[in-house]
Amino acid sequence: MTDSTSTGGITDAVWNLFASIQLTITLLLSLAATSVIGTLIPQNAEPAAYIARYGENLFRFFWVLGLFDMYHSWWFQLLMALLAANVIVCSADRIASQRRILLVRRPQFRAERFRNLPEREEFDADRTPAELEAAYAPVFSKGLRAVRVERTEAGFLMFGENGRWTRFGVYAVHLSVVLLLIGGLIGSIYGFDGFVNIREGDTVQQISLRGGGERMKLPFAIRLNRFSVSFYETGAPKEYRSSLTLLEEGREVVNKEIIVNDPLRHRGISIFQSSYGSVPSDQAVLSFTSQATGMIYTREAAIGKEIEIPENLGTFVLRELRHNAAFRGRSVGDAFVGILTPPEGPAEEIILPVRFPTFDRMRRGAVVIAVEEFKERFYSGLQVNRDPGVWVVYTGFILMLAGCYVTFFMSHQQLCVEAVRRGAKTRVRVAGTANKHKPALARRIQRLSQGLKESTPS
Amino acid sequence: MTSSVILSSVTFVYGLAGFLYIFAWVFRKPAVGRLGTGAALLGLAGNTGGFFLRWAESYQLGFGRAPLSNLYESLVFFALCIALVYLVVERRTGNRTIGAVSMPLAFLAMAYASLSPDMSDRIQPLIPALKSNWLIAHVVTCFIGYAAFAVAFGVSLMYLFKRRGEAASAGAMPPVETLDELTHQLVVFGFLFLSAGIITGAVWANSAWGRYWGWDPKETWSLVTWFVYATLLHARLTRGWRGRRIAYLSILGFAAVLFTYFGVNLLPGLHSYQSMGQ
Ligand code: HEM
Repeated sequence: MTDSTSTGGITDAVWNLFASIQLTITLLLSLAATSVIGTLIPQNAEPAAYIARYGENLFRFFWVLGLFDMYHSWWFQLLMALLAANVIVCSADRIASQRRILLVRRPQFRAERFRNLPEREEFDADRTPAELEAAYAPVFSKGLRAVRVERTEAGFLMFGENGRWTRFGVYAVHLSVVLLLIGGLIGSIYGFDGFVNIREGDTVQQISLRGGGERMKLPFAIRLNRFSVSFYETGAPKEYRSSLTLLEEGREVVNKEIIVNDPLRHRGISIFQSSYGSVPSDQAVLSFTSQATGMIYTREAAIGKEIEIPENLGTFVLRELRHNAAFRGRSVGDAFVGILTPPEGPAEEIILPVRFPTFDRMRRGAVVIAVEEFKERFYSGLQVNRDPGVWVVYTGFILMLAGCYVTFFMSHQQLCVEAVRRGAKTRVRVAGTANKHKPALARRIQRLSQGLKESTPS
Repeated sequence: MTSSVILSSVTFVYGLAGFLYIFAWVFRKPAVGRLGTGAALLGLAGNTGGFFLRWAESYQLGFGRAPLSNLYESLVFFALCIALVYLVVERRTGNRTIGAVSMPLAFLAMAYASLSPDMSDRIQPLIPALKSNWLIAHVVTCFIGYAAFAVAFGVSLMYLFKRRGEAASAGAMPPVETLDELTHQLVVFGFLFLSAGIITGAVWANSAWGRYWGWDPKETWSLVTWFVYATLLHARLTRGWRGRRIAYLSILGFAAVLFTYFGVNLLPGLHSYQSMGQ
């Protein structure tokens, strides 16, 4: 295209390659075909799962091709980079070669161009061109830009146009594609994507990053004050709600309740409600029943806190909470495990299943211990991420839709009215041209012609 | 009468409309074609009525929500869009032969919704992830786009049929240039709406999960579809890609639409309507 590139044959060839729509078609179809692969092979699973599924040899082959994380593989990213180069070069090339159409302030009109156009209407008026000119000028210029009237020997010419800018619509679409890719790149370089489970009442500042499981420290701490989940009558979940407080150096800076679809955003970091679960808490209220006196003593217990049992029955300390504990080979569900140290004799390990308060009677000891109160604590699964590229992507979205609309439904139209004196009458010809949407142009010419006829002075 | 009853009867009205259009085309009976238009309009009215009635019913159940959130509801809306897009095309071209390839598609969508044994037409409340206005925008734009592609698919089939030979029945069809142009216009329209559908879906995903794109199979397939139609638009701009090859691309594109819609549920992933919650 431009003279500057015509010096080197290779530069020229490369430029022409990237300016060609053939390359676009090849790239778009290749992207479509290869994208499918990643939907047939589950992505980012454990190597063991792949080997079980495909066998060792196929696994190695797929591994080399990067098919287990193919949308981030070098060759897929190369395809996208080529598409970006293609769209940039192609658009630059066309803008350069069309600059006389795209970038003019006062467009030139030539009457000959309009004389033989297929889209035209003609009629005769019983007035002189001078009389018509005065009457037609306001009707003609309605909705048109760059209107110009020229006198000719036998009458006059009126030119006007609109929608020249709509020729930029397609470049807006192409720019939007580039913005989407740039936005994605910014996000993958400067952003992060992590998650954290927080129990009610806890405060955390570290999150785990996805893919690799590295830990990361946030510039603020997150406290989960409360989590609640509600259900429909059908049993389906209705709403998950986490009440969060963000703390910076111990100061509360933000309070917000988040639900799915309504995240908390602070300092460019977004916190999303993503999942939930419950963990048994490590606190319980225990009862100690003395076999000798029948007295029952209740005490608050926490892991590691030693309890002095009255009546000189010894001390008791909770060691841990065991999920799905087993007793003589049978599962007893969640259970506390503690150590009872009597005043004399050896210490013994005691299992206190949460769901079976009478369990410890079987031991036939001097004191029977039971879990009286035990609360589960919810934890909230939060997704924490930062994506500084998202606004570039959103700008691309808007540009793409606006550009597509302009390109698909609007056009650059030029209109011309020519009046030529013929004896007592004047011949009026309305003609026009457009870069697309010819039927709409034909309708416009008809309307204009009708309007002129009606405004002919009688 | 409940909405499901109305919607099941719409199935038969669409079937009848398709039958009348085909009959009118094959036996060259314009009067029957006009009956077909009547049936199509009636079906569209019933379809729209059933859609809004279902919406009202969800309010009576105490959790009002737009009926656009499971496979059954999306099929009902798909059929509605196909019928609507087709009737607009019929009005603009004044040709009813396209009805012979379009209304059967609306019929099939409704038949799948109402007659398939493992389709639930119960009105379920929304799980948390689906409570978003972006979801409504997403489904509406996607299905308008899909409907335009469906009719374009029908028109492309007609194009190929007509190009294969001057069968007697081909005479009533619009000229090949018109069919080619119509395919292009429908694809252009569908492309705008598919783009809007992918974009609103991305915005919704970003508000629910904090990521606008995750390469899950449904997203990826919608992108594949988008690539195919982008290819079509560009192929038309280069010489020699008119007509037949455009028709093939339009058929390929619609196959991708169908796979995005139905096939993806057979693949591993988390986007299918049933399991979309978190
Ligand atoms: C995913 C990437 C792309 C998208 C979404 C896209 C989109 C579009 C759209 C919507 C149109 C308007 C089509 C019409 O008017 O029917 C268009 C036209 C065009 N595209 Fe692309 N395009 C892409 C990539 C490319 C690339 C890489 C090239 C490079 C050669 C290219 C070259 C063109 C040209 C030359 C036109 C015609 C412009 C005109 O009518 O003057 N496109 N594109």
